[in-house]
Amino acid sequence: MLATGVVGAVEDPWIRWSWISGHVDVITAALVQHIQLTLIAVVIGLLIAVPLGLVAWRSRVFRGPIFTLTGILYTIPSLALFAFLLPFTGLTILTAEIGLVGYTLLILVRNIVVGLNSVPEDVREAARGMGFRPLAELARIDLPLAIPGIVAGVRIATVTTIGLVTVTALIGEGGLGSLIYDGLLHDFHTPLVVGTVLSVALAVVADLSLAGLQRLVTPWARSRAVT
Amino acid sequence: MSFFGQVVQWFLDPSHWQGDSGVPHRTFEHLVMSGASVLTAALIALPVGIAIGHFGKGGNLAINISNIGRAIPSFALLVLSAQVFGIAAASQVVGFGAVPAFVALVALAIPPMVTNSYIGMREVDPDVREAARGMGMRERAVLLRVELPIAMPFIMAGIRTSAVNVVATATLAAVVAWGGLGRFIVDGFGLQDYPMLFAGAVMVAVLSLIVEFSLAGVQRLATPAGLRPSKSTQKEEPLTALDTAAVAA
Repeated sequence: MLATGVVGAVEDPWIRWSWISGHVDVITAALVQHIQLTLIAVVIGLLIAVPLGLVAWRSRVFRGPIFTLTGILYTIPSLALFAFLLPFTGLTILTAEIGLVGYTLLILVRNIVVGLNSVPEDVREAARGMGFRPLAELARIDLPLAIPGIVAGVRIATVTTIGLVTVTALIGEGGLGSLIYDGLLHDFHTPLVVGTVLSVALAVVADLSLAGLQRLVTPWARSRAVT
Repeated sequence: MSFFGQVVQWFLDPSHWQGDSGVPHRTFEHLVMSGASVLTAALIALPVGIAIGHFGKGGNLAINISNIGRAIPSFALLVLSAQVFGIAAASQVVGFGAVPAFVALVALAIPPMVTNSYIGMREVDPDVREAARGMGMRERAVLLRVELPIAMPFIMAGIRTSAVNVVATATLAAVVAWGGLGRFIVDGFGLQDYPMLFAGAVMVAVLSLIVEFSLAGVQRLATPAGLRPSKSTQKEEPLTALDTAAVAA
């Protein structure tokens, strides 16, 4: 690769261990903020997406508009969405979270609908035959059986959000993104590498933990092995 | 004057429509950069995905590559690329920022196209493939006249996902000293010129939506007539790249 020439020119190694050991507190704070921003976004996203998903699943009239609106939100680039909000909500965590939540909605709503649609019709019939009322059927049959689809959505939403949080560094938040941004501003590789590596690691850990959680809460799916 | 009045005024100012930092030139830059990146990525990714699907080996790689791609923040990719290629680019005629942005955008666009073209090829029913061979089709004809048409909606879905991603991330490239429409947002932010910031956001959003909807149209057209859902059996809109990859994973 070009690496030797480039590194030689700037005399800045990709990792300066002394910087890391001297900035453990900064790095930890960035990581914690990154996790907080992500958690808030995914939890609020779910709180909005579950009712939206149920409506979209039940009602043909609302399904189109719900998918179109969340799709438009999803398509608008993050920097533009933050720019739309800045003049009104300023450099606040609110600006960051409105944007981050907005991006989770399409993924979550779509997977909730796909999950609910995957519940076999005869299972639903059987539940009705056993005397389940609509609400009980939803809470005890439909939603539990839709969990694999829903968790799949939460996994993508979480990994996507972890990546997007880095962009919020540009509006003064950012978690690990602020390390990446610092690396860019000061032309200094170490924080950039640390921020990137930790962000990718966080995404992988979150994805695997959610996959584990999914196995835990759907014991019936385990015996069916790999599908 | 109200804030929105100022935004409208920004658009009406003729000086914002001229020269290298005017709206037409920035839009042109944005489109050329995005188009070149998607095209380059397609030339690399589609043969790989199609080959993996056709020969049936390396499927896990094809699925996982887009999961890995999603875990790498595009912002980090841009900044890293700027650090690796930025210095080399400064001495070139192309202008600082163009090479790093291009490299990052190509890298970003590859994974969804590999995964989707693979999934598309896997969608082909083995019986259909057998039947084609039984009819005396050669391997080339099986690939070109049977497999690829059936896989086409998925291949197009991959291109669409990548293209929308690239147009969005090209906006961020303004942060690493490249042009494009993102400049209005980044400069508007730097100068505390909120009407300019907002106008930039409007243009970027409109461009992204145009790309998304027109490619969605192309994707529908690329679906062979026999595979289009008829009105009566209309199902959900097929899962996008993103969802298919994740559901399969």
